[in-house]
Amino acid sequence: MAAARALVRGVRLGSYSIGRSRSLIFNSVQRRGIAACIDPSIGLTDEQKEFQKVAFDFAANEMAPHMAEWDQKEIFPVETMRKAAQLGFGGIYVNPDVGGSGLSRLDTSIIFEALSTGCVSTTAYISIHNMCAWMIDTFGNNEQREKFCPDLCSMQKFASYCLTEPGSGSDAASLLTSAKLQGDHYILNGSKAFISGGGDTDVYVVMCRTGGKGPKGISCLVVEKGTPGLNFGKKEKKVGWNSQPTRAVIFEDCAVPVTNQLGAEGQGFNIAMKGLNGGRINIASCSLGAAHASVLLARDHMCVRKQFGETLSNSQFLQFKLAEMATKLVASRLLVRQAAVALQEGRPEAVSLCSMAKLFVTDECFSICNQALQIHGGYGYLKDYAVQQYVRDIRVHQILEGTNEVMRMIIARSLLTES
Amino acid sequence: MSARVLVGVKRVIDYAVKIRVKPDHTGVVTDGVKHSMNPFCEIAVEEAVKLKEKKFVKEVVAVSCGPQQVQETIRTALAMGADRGIHVEVSGKDYETLGPLQVSKILAALAKKEQADLIILGKQAIDDDCNQTGQMTAALLDWPQGTFASEVNIEADMLKVVREVDGGLETIKIKLPAVVTADLRLNTPRYATLPNIMKAKKKKIANVKPADLGVDMSSRLEVLKNIEEADAGGAVQTNTEGLSSLVMEQTLRPVKSGSAPSPIQTRPM
Repeated sequence: MAAARALVRGVRLGSYSIGRSRSLIFNSVQRRGIAACIDPSIGLTDEQKEFQKVAFDFAANEMAPHMAEWDQKEIFPVETMRKAAQLGFGGIYVNPDVGGSGLSRLDTSIIFEALSTGCVSTTAYISIHNMCAWMIDTFGNNEQREKFCPDLCSMQKFASYCLTEPGSGSDAASLLTSAKLQGDHYILNGSKAFISGGGDTDVYVVMCRTGGKGPKGISCLVVEKGTPGLNFGKKEKKVGWNSQPTRAVIFEDCAVPVTNQLGAEGQGFNIAMKGLNGGRINIASCSLGAAHASVLLARDHMCVRKQFGETLSNSQFLQFKLAEMATKLVASRLLVRQAAVALQEGRPEAVSLCSMAKLFVTDECFSICNQALQIHGGYGYLKDYAVQQYVRDIRVHQILEGTNEVMRMIIARSLLTES
Repeated sequence: MSARVLVGVKRVIDYAVKIRVKPDHTGVVTDGVKHSMNPFCEIAVEEAVKLKEKKFVKEVVAVSCGPQQVQETIRTALAMGADRGIHVEVSGKDYETLGPLQVSKILAALAKKEQADLIILGKQAIDDDCNQTGQMTAALLDWPQGTFASEVNIEADMLKVVREVDGGLETIKIKLPAVVTADLRLNTPRYATLPNIMKAKKKKIANVKPADLGVDMSSRLEVLKNIEEADAGGAVQTNTEGLSSLVMEQTLRPVKSGSAPSPIQTRPM
């Protein structure tokens, strides 16, 4: 699929002799991941290799050529994401009976890792959308599942996850958005901050306070765009993740039917945290994809750029740097996939493993992408070169879906409270 | 019409890989190198699936010749919409010398066995660039051929094929059964969808040996040497004065015996 398209575009880079002066800008071909030791298809089943191949092809053809433009013009690529949804990427781990693909967490990780090589920001949004669709699929009753999931899986409608508030980030359980029961409606008041897709999406999965203080007083409500009292703040200007809009979501006496409550009253925090376990694996997978692409870009640059009479690939220091980057990449990949398997098997250590994966992988992959930028020298700082976008886009992965500091809290708690 | 289509798919080194010649010059490095379906074969599969969607074809059978690994390629064809696969087991020495003549004999035998009405192949493979299999298959079966197809239409029980030729476009009408080879602009292959990949797991791949089809696998060609293109002295000639002498010189150079040489080598083979 990718090959035929590339031939049509005339990017036929099979030849050695023309290679030396080939422009570094058109390096979408190199992102196909060829170096054997860092090959992301090692250890996968044939079926998983097929999933990965589709995702890589889609990323190379439909996303990579546009990633710079989407970033610069802050475009939310609705049509491209709908194309992805047609392939089944809209509800990857959602049940097939409501339009999902019914795949495992490991399959999902593999797919997001591959898609991320095409555009981290868009893939990260697709993963958030998937997380919301899964929450409705898993905790919703049949009416809710049938009402929301098919449209979400086809990306006819887009979703946003609303937990964070201006006053409660890491301390999520202290959220203040209130939902007071009045007849058969909840009246919502409060605001959410930093909501990915906010303002452009259609379905909002909102954690709000229906009861007393602390986590047990929080419920989960699905709010649809267009509901009176649902407003949005200004679009935030960000360092990265520019292909998805980020806005505050503001509730002013917003009436939401009780039938939109997901799960039981007081179950909201639990639902939010369960969603985040998978979300953390997905975000870590997005970091992996960016790191993988960056390692290849760095390697290719080293083979081409000459200083002191020889290519950078002859410098032992840079060889060692590249080796360290590759080793960290493979180690990160193994941890994410292990966490994914633990989650899909419902193992008791799954939550800690997901936190470990998110902590380790987002940190290491940022370091990898940052090193790759350094290896590019001055060129790495120019927006003509993709490596800076990978660095900017994955920097936020160390912060959202639970800061890496909160990940340490979760891991420490599991170590110290084990009986 | 409810025709059965045979689509040949070849597992080749991925187009994006940098090819390296083996140190002993007997071939190129294939171990641990990324392989995928030949791009023209992808276009062929897409055309067959399109014909099925138009209800002209009732069954698409994907065929590949080679060792165990070609099953991956057949699975990709199944994920794109083929109904079942046939894996013709060829390994070891036979696989090293496998070329268009042997493959076309296999395809001809399979076409008779499966009672196929149409064979769609890629126009050539990107590893050997032979561009012979389709033509040889048609000759062995004594079927009409529509090669370098950039458009295929059904008219009653005939096929109207628009071919890309040196002078432009040629339109021919051929009777079924026939052989068509796909050129670049025939279609844009679809992505396999996740549900189709999962359905493909349940589709059957039959195993067959060339001996069962009565095919003689012996090769008439012997590869003498493979060298890197830099060492081959190939050059990009920008003026035409020396071009004819360069072509003559390259034509007489025994880089690979029996092959149709191209004046400018763009890939070491």
